[in-house]
Amino acid sequence: MKIPYYPGCTLNTVAKGFDVSARESARALGFEMEELGQWNCCGASFPLSPDNLMGLTAPAKVLASAARMGDAVTTLCSVCYNVLKRTNKALRDDGEKRSVVTGFIEEEYDGSTEVIHFLEVLRDRVGFDRVRESVKRPLGGIRAAAYYGCMLLRPAGEVGIDRHEGPTIMEDLLSVLGCEPVDFPNKIECCGAHLAMTRTDVVERLSGNVLESAVDCGAEVVVTSCPLCQYNLEKSQAKVAERRAGYRHVPVVYFTQLLGIALGQSDEMAGLGENRWDVRPLLEAKGV
Amino acid sequence: MKIKLFKQEIEGSSIRQIERSSGEVLKNCYQCGNCSGGCPVSYEMDLPPSQAIRFLQLGKVEEVKKANSMWLCVGCQQCFSRCPKSVSAANLFEALRQMSLRQGKDHREIRDLPVSFLEKAPQQAIVCGFRKLVS
Repeated sequence: MKIPYYPGCTLNTVAKGFDVSARESARALGFEMEELGQWNCCGASFPLSPDNLMGLTAPAKVLASAARMGDAVTTLCSVCYNVLKRTNKALRDDGEKRSVVTGFIEEEYDGSTEVIHFLEVLRDRVGFDRVRESVKRPLGGIRAAAYYGCMLLRPAGEVGIDRHEGPTIMEDLLSVLGCEPVDFPNKIECCGAHLAMTRTDVVERLSGNVLESAVDCGAEVVVTSCPLCQYNLEKSQAKVAERRAGYRHVPVVYFTQLLGIALGQSDEMAGLGENRWDVRPLLEAKGV
Repeated sequence: MKIKLFKQEIEGSSIRQIERSSGEVLKNCYQCGNCSGGCPVSYEMDLPPSQAIRFLQLGKVEEVKKANSMWLCVGCQQCFSRCPKSVSAANLFEALRQMSLRQGKDHREIRDLPVSFLEKAPQQAIVCGFRKLVS
């Protein structure tokens, strides 16, 4: 099986481990993520004003490029997933918008390509049972908090990869890999997102709440699917440590890094050295 | 607090523009406050989502534009997710931001961004921030 794959801007730069660990995991599971022949940034935000058609042109180009390679396209980054999926719906459902946008980008596209997140590929096309059978290094019962944030889940009905209030898709995967998933109240709350550019105090509070909530519920590692969440969560730990005596930093990893390790990838390939707070001592302590 | 209401404000062109640009119908909101309860940044907003919507329902666009709320909204759609009437305060805040940005009024100067941020932040943070805060 080959599936067209859109990496997006951040996975080519600061989140390479996310990209490489996923591609190698796919190979180990018997399919190939085939990078789009030509792609550009998706715009990193779906325009929330329906009259802002300019914001649809960048993702529309990506979708048109994907359509030349197959009937579906997969992404890893939560934001890319959200933007492509919502743009696709807008182009499919609204003929007038479609004709303006495709006219502007000078490419034909009808909205028929399916946008699926890599987690959905694992669940629906590969099957978690097959993932379980492929695990070579079970993850020793590491207590892992699956952090969804916003973009994988909302708005429900348009993008949801799972129930928007009580999702479990990531926990289901983590269980298969040999982790002990930790449920925690802030798993669908925002990390502060692009306010990293203007209001680090807000980001530190929001991401700090996510971290404290996870740690209070027993998490030893926080797992994410979004490079911006990962950045905000890593960066906010110093502030949490300041306001909370005895706080121990927790590694924040991409779900594909844990998947890769469980499937037998080397630490280098899974990009474990890229994380600010190293998960390797935890893996060692658990005998992985 | 006392405010004077004017029919021409409530039915004014600014309100119509906000409704058109956001795709929302202001009258749908019945002020239950779920949006403000779910909003992760309402604690820092001059006007939390439900209050901002109330001002807009009463035609008081300037009050909402003066508030910091639209620049703090992260677009996480928790307001929409929790709204029993399917109103998205995030869409309304985006419409208000667009009104300002389309007049060339930036909320953030690119040259003021710290170099450390530009070097280390994921590209998506920068792209998204530019889309939301810079004309």
